[in-house]
Order: sequence, then structure tokens, then C-alpha cells
Amino acid sequence: MQLFRIRGGVHPDDRKTLAAGRPIEPLPMPKLLHIPLQQHIGAIANPLVQRRQYVAKGERIAQAQGAVSAPIHAPTSGRIVGLGLYPANHPSGLSVRTITLQPDGKDRWHKRIEGVADPFALEPAEIAQRVADAGVVGMGGATFPSAVKLGLGKRYKLTTLVINGSECEPYLTCDDQLMREQAEAIVDGARIMARALGVDRLLIGIEGNKPEALAAMQRATAELDGADVVRLPMRYPMGSEKHLVQTLTGQETPARGLTADIGVVVHNPATAFAVHEALRFGQPLVSRVISVTGGAISAPKNLRVLIGTKIEDLVEHCGRFREEPERLIAGGPMMGQPIPELRVPVMKGTNGILALTAAETGKREPQPCIRCGSCVQACPCGLVPLGMAAHVRSGDLDGAVSNGLMDCIGCGSCAYVCPAHIPLVQFFNHAKGELAARGRAKQKQTETKRLAEHRAQRLEAQKRAKREAMARHKREAEAKKQAEAKAQAGAERQAVAHQQVIAANQAEAKIEPSAQNGLEQAPESNQDKAVAETQAC
Amino acid sequence: MLDSPLLASPHAHAPVSISRTMGLVLLALLPATLLGLWQFGWPAILLFAATLSAALLFEALALILGGKPLRPTLMDGSALLTGWLLVMTLPPWAPWWIGVLGAFIAIIVGKQVFGGLGQNLFNPAMVARVVLLVSFPLEMTQWVGPQPLFFEQTPGLSAGLAISLDGLAAPWDAMSGASILGQVDLILQQGGDLAAATPELFAPLRALLGGIPGSLGETSALLLLLGGLFLIRKGVIDWVIPVAVLLGVAVPASLLHLIDPARFAGPLLHLLAGATLLTAFFIATDPVTSPVSRLGQAVFGAGIGLLIYLIRTFGAYPEGAAFAILLMNAATPMIDHYIKPRIFGRDRRGRPLPVAGDTAQERQR
Repeated sequence: MQLFRIRGGVHPDDRKTLAAGRPIEPLPMPKLLHIPLQQHIGAIANPLVQRRQYVAKGERIAQAQGAVSAPIHAPTSGRIVGLGLYPANHPSGLSVRTITLQPDGKDRWHKRIEGVADPFALEPAEIAQRVADAGVVGMGGATFPSAVKLGLGKRYKLTTLVINGSECEPYLTCDDQLMREQAEAIVDGARIMARALGVDRLLIGIEGNKPEALAAMQRATAELDGADVVRLPMRYPMGSEKHLVQTLTGQETPARGLTADIGVVVHNPATAFAVHEALRFGQPLVSRVISVTGGAISAPKNLRVLIGTKIEDLVEHCGRFREEPERLIAGGPMMGQPIPELRVPVMKGTNGILALTAAETGKREPQPCIRCGSCVQACPCGLVPLGMAAHVRSGDLDGAVSNGLMDCIGCGSCAYVCPAHIPLVQFFNHAKGELAARGRAKQKQTETKRLAEHRAQRLEAQKRAKREAMARHKREAEAKKQAEAKAQAGAERQAVAHQQVIAANQAEAKIEPSAQNGLEQAPESNQDKAVAETQAC
Repeated sequence: MLDSPLLASPHAHAPVSISRTMGLVLLALLPATLLGLWQFGWPAILLFAATLSAALLFEALALILGGKPLRPTLMDGSALLTGWLLVMTLPPWAPWWIGVLGAFIAIIVGKQVFGGLGQNLFNPAMVARVVLLVSFPLEMTQWVGPQPLFFEQTPGLSAGLAISLDGLAAPWDAMSGASILGQVDLILQQGGDLAAATPELFAPLRALLGGIPGSLGETSALLLLLGGLFLIRKGVIDWVIPVAVLLGVAVPASLLHLIDPARFAGPLLHLLAGATLLTAFFIATDPVTSPVSRLGQAVFGAGIGLLIYLIRTFGAYPEGAAFAILLMNAATPMIDHYIKPRIFGRDRRGRPLPVAGDTAQERQR
């Protein structure tokens, strides 16, 4: 098959040999599982269980909230012992809502877990629904709910499903190993996804440094029509969705668009495997394969780990550290995030735990930029990282945006090759975060302004009503006076005038309270709604 | 123990650094430099030592004045390289103070005044060379033919010291003469026929190996070429600028030479004589003062080559490399502004690529 060149990229030392070829081992049952309710992109899941409740393996313990969200299932059977805040597997180290489960050791599946005999007989929407119910998210690290991506066929004209087995991040071997051991299951999952998307072309891209995985996947697809296993050149970031699609099809995804714009949807092999398990056996996503590796790990391994297992348990199983690690990373070295502490749990998107030595990180003090342009040559997105960083450094975020900040995929190729060791990604992440914060602040400001204007209008209306009421009183008082004067003039007309005044007073009493209520209540309820919205944002 | 967890990726780094880059450039310059020092003997060695130590001293002085840490900046090799490049372009028997003054202009005026490494608009060594050339035309144009060390008729240490301290005087001044490009200019001024004069004036093989009068470090085209290829091989410089410079010189030289060989010297002379190769591989490739995109670098290099040829052929000076560099340095910000790579998913003007038909409208809705 003809492949197409992508721009830029780097060739980091892949260091895959540390964990490559090591069979996937199940981790012994941990004592406790800490299952965060936010393991996916989108709204946090809503807990369905109580403390001290007994749950079976695969039982739903939290449900999805909103269109982009994912449910969460019990990774094993046991008792819920906690429902509260626990440190997240996130560099901030902040706590998130977490369900703590004490396994009973029986690992007993829920009785309603049941597969579909023939998934290909299902309607596409039903496949997507089952994937959604199984809590499957993008397992390459992006954790976008997979069912949402499987529903793209309704809105886009799709032609191709790409399974992204490039695993271009150095060190990581979990996808490699899964493809070697579960090729049939991955291909089955991919075919089910292709059915859900309504496409008849399946491409499986694997970088050339994984010959065994290539061979296994080729064997598994040998009998299939419209399925190809493609040997990809080894270059980071080959696994970037849009760049992978460009390599395979020669087509470029428009800026701000999706690969679906050019008819392609990309999924990770581990996601395909999870879809296979969900459809064939009805098993929700409760475990995943993780590479525990890096120069500081005593015995690097590929492990099948229950979601919610503490990273400490993984490190323990791999014989702890050979030497004190300089850095602990969740994910790969190019785009992974630092782990704040060892007790944080494994999540659906955790594909690797790296313990890197000082020699491996190659960290040095940043020096001034010498404008060498290495970053420009390395950028796969055609950006000028040194220019963007200069704008960010001087606080000119709008300048950075007009130089393409929002087209940056954060792959880190620029910072990797920078001879001055300038933390370019740090600059860009800072700017993106700052812009997001500004956007939120601006939204809050316009909302506040709207509310303040509302309030002013309301007060003005109240004042006006009061003035009118007073003017009316005055008129009535005068009318009364005149009436009295007239009454004195004619005694026989007195009784009639008296009745008129009473009638007027009654009418006023009827109108006034209801009018005032109407003015008060409507803006008030508006305000509540707006405040709720602002807080939600 | 562990770093602060608030660290952005990547957590790995290519084995590169500024000091490695500078070190490799110095290494690539070494063969041509050693040949130059051997050929021009003690006065050249003294000039070399004076210029380099002055460059380091002025750098240290500027850092102390600026309240910046000394070690990391002095050790990055950039000041050493600036001084080194400057001395490569000086007449080999120039007095010591030419080198020291040049180092002052390069380091202080050319670089530190702008804010230090990475901030200067103009190539510091070329700023110094142009200032010296304009201010001291006599000292800056006294060329000598090669006088290799340890020969009878070459100046020894004490004689070399005298040349370096007092300037070129009898009996050594008898050895001075014009460079090849100077001689070309002279012949043309006297209305001579260049085509007839060239064979005795310019022997390509000698220029390749380095047996010609010229600046300290630019006599051997072969060693400069090898050094440049080494840098390209090591990934320190890109091939775009050197190739563009050489083409920028060679293409107009070939065209005009074909039209009138009596008035215009051939491309080989222009490529091998003077500072063409040193400029192409070592000076135009200065990262700080050259554009960052490939296409921009091509424009920049071609501009330098063309200007070198135009100044040599039609200008008042026999050699124009330093002027060409400075002129194109000034154009670098403009080149970088107008020539940028195309952003992924966007057209050249920065608009998102079109999406096929109805799906786009659907998405917008």
C-alpha cells in the first residue's frame, strides 16, 4: 500500500526492549480499589451505590451524565467501603470523587453479564449503545467516550476505520503485546466497530518496530476482505490521529475539524479489544493492559490491571525501583503526565507507568533560544514554536494564537529537539490554560453584566410602578376632595359619590399586588438559572 | 528525589545542547584553522591567541556588568566561536590590536548590547569585520602569501612578535600582496583581459588545498568544505543555506562568464577564492541571524550568494561576503515574517482547508 509523508517529527530512542515481548500478566488482587468517577472526557459519572453495599464484578456503580460521559463498573466483586474524595491520577494531585471498593477475593461476575451471539446482526445504533453501556472510552490515553465516536456515521459520510497500533511513544509496549496475544479479538472488535460506523474498509497501522504484532495482526486479517495491516514508518508522532490518517490516505484533516470530515474514524487496538469483550461477552471495561517500565524499574512488565488499582501495587509487583527515579510518568515520555504520588489509581486511559532515571530524562537548565529552527523542522503541524513561545513569554497570548497556538497538538517534538532545552510545551500548555481561564472569566463577566442590567431594569420598573401608584393616589385624593366639595354642594348626590370611591379602591387593590408580583418574580427566577449556569461552567 | 510533579512533557530529550552545537562547529573549523596557523606562522598564531582570549574576556566583562552568571554562558562556547570566526576572516599578519578591537566590537557591540546570546540581529563576527575594514583599510588589506612555519625565510617567534606588535614593516612587508580577488579587481581597473590573466593568477588546485594569499582561515577550500559537510552530517547545520549561498554565487558567475569571459571571472574562481566557502558553511549558517524556515533559509542563502557576487563584480570592494551577510541579516526578520511553513489542516493563508460538501454545512449547523 502506498504511504504518504508527514511533515516534521522526531526519532526518539524507543527503549521498547525493556518491556517488549513480556507476556501480559494479571496483577494479584489488590486489597483496595479506588475508582475515580472522572476517568473520561466529558461530564463526571454519577454514583449509583451506597456505602457498605455489596457489588458483583461488572455491576454498574456509576452512571453517565449527559451526552458525552461514560458509566463506571465494579472491577471485581466486593463491598463499597467509601464514597468520597481521593487523590486523582492527575499532575495537580487534586482529589476527585472516588468510589473505594474492598474486593472479596471471589472476583464473581454479575449474573446479568451476557454477550450477543451475533453482534453483526445488531443495528449500528444498538452496537453503539452497548459500547456506551460498557463504559468503553478511548484507551490510547485520550479517554473520549467510544460510543460517541461510533455514532459519527449518522452525521458524516464515513469510508474507513483505522486501528491505530502505531504506539509511537517510546517505552510503551501494552498495545504491542495486546496485538501479539489478542489479535483475533482485536480484529473482531474492529469489525464490530466498522459495522457500527457503516464502513467497509478497515486499516490497521502498526509501526515497523513491532514485527511480531504486525505478523499476528496480518494472520488475523488474512481471511478478511477490505482489511489491511499497514507497516508504518517509525517516526514520532505517527500515532497522532490526524497525522496517521494523512500517512495512510494522503488526506489532510481540515484545521478545527475531525478526521470524520474526510471519512475516517480512528480507534485504538485496546479499545477494539474492549468492544469485542463488551459485545461478545457483555463484559464492561473493568481492566486494561499497562506497561510498567523505565530505567528505574527493577523488572519491567506488561500487566492486566483492574481499574482503580493503586500505582504503588503495580510498582511493588515489578520489584520496586532499581534506583530512585528522577521522574514518575503516567503515559509515554513524550506526552505523559507526572504522577503526583504513588497511591493514585490506574484509570481507563492509563497505558503506561514509567519510572525514568536522570540519564533518561536528559534534563538540563534552559538556555536562551539561539533561533536554530530545529523546532520548526520538527513540528508536525507546520508551526513556528520559537515564535509562539516568544509571544507567550511576553504575555501576548493573542499573538501566540494568531501564530497557530490552537493548531498545536502538544506532541512535544519541538521541546525534544531543542538544543537550548527550552520547555516549549510548558509555554504552550500555560497559554492554552490561561486562554481557557480567560474564556471562562469573560463568560462570567458577560453573564454578570447581563444580570446587573436585569437588576437595574427591575429596580427601574419597580420605581416606575411606585411613582405611578403615588400619582394615582394623588389624583384620587384630589378627586375625593373635589367630590367632598361637591358633596357639600349637593347632599343628595353624596351617596352616589361615596359608592364610586369605594369601587375605585377595590379595583386598585385587585390590580396592584398581582402587577407587583409579576415584576418581582420573573427576573428573580431568571437570575437563579443564570447563576447556576455560571457555576456549572 | 522526585522533581516537582508540575512539569510539562516531554520527559525525554534528544542528546543535544548549545555547547555541543558550538563544540562541533569549532571542531569542524579546526582543520582549516590549523592549516592557516601553520601556513602563516607566528604572527598568525599570536593574532589568533589575542583575538580568542579577548573575546572570552569581553564576554566575561559583559556578563559581570549585566549581573549574569558567568560559567554557563562562558562555557557554552558561543563567545569562543565568535572570536574564532572573526580571526578566520582577518589578514593573517594583522597586528594584535586589530584582533582585540575586533573582539570588542563583535562581543560587546555586536552581541551583548542586544542582550546576549540569541538576541543579536547581525552576525557579531561580520559586524566586527566590517567595522575594522572601514576603519583600518590598510591593516585589513595586507595579505601575505603562505609562509609555513619552520622554514628559513619565515619569521620566527621574535620576528613574529615584532610583526604582531608593530605592524608589518621591513623586511617582512615585501611579502605582502593582493589577494586573488584583489588582483582580479586590479586587472579589470587597468583594462586587462581577465580570460588571459586567469591561468597564471588562479590555480584551482592550489585554492582547493590552500596555497594562496588570503585571510587566515579561508585559504583552503577543501578543508572548509570537509568541515561543512561534517556539520551537515552531524545535523548541526542544514544543507539549505550552504547550497543556496553557493548557487547564489555560481549561477550569476557562470552566466556572466559565458557572456564575457574577459570581464567576468568564472564560477570556480568565485567559489574557491575568498570567503565564499567559509561564508556558506560557517557564517551564513549562524542560527541566530538566519531565518528559521527552510524556504526562508533558501531565500536568505541565495540572497547572500547573489550579493557576494554583485559586490565583488560591480562594487568597490574586491570581497563582499561580510557586507552580504549583514544585508541579509537585516532582512531576516522580514523573511521570517512572510515565509512561514504551512500549518497542518490550513492553506497558505491560514484558513482551514475546505471540507467536502454537505458534511461541512451539517457540522456548522
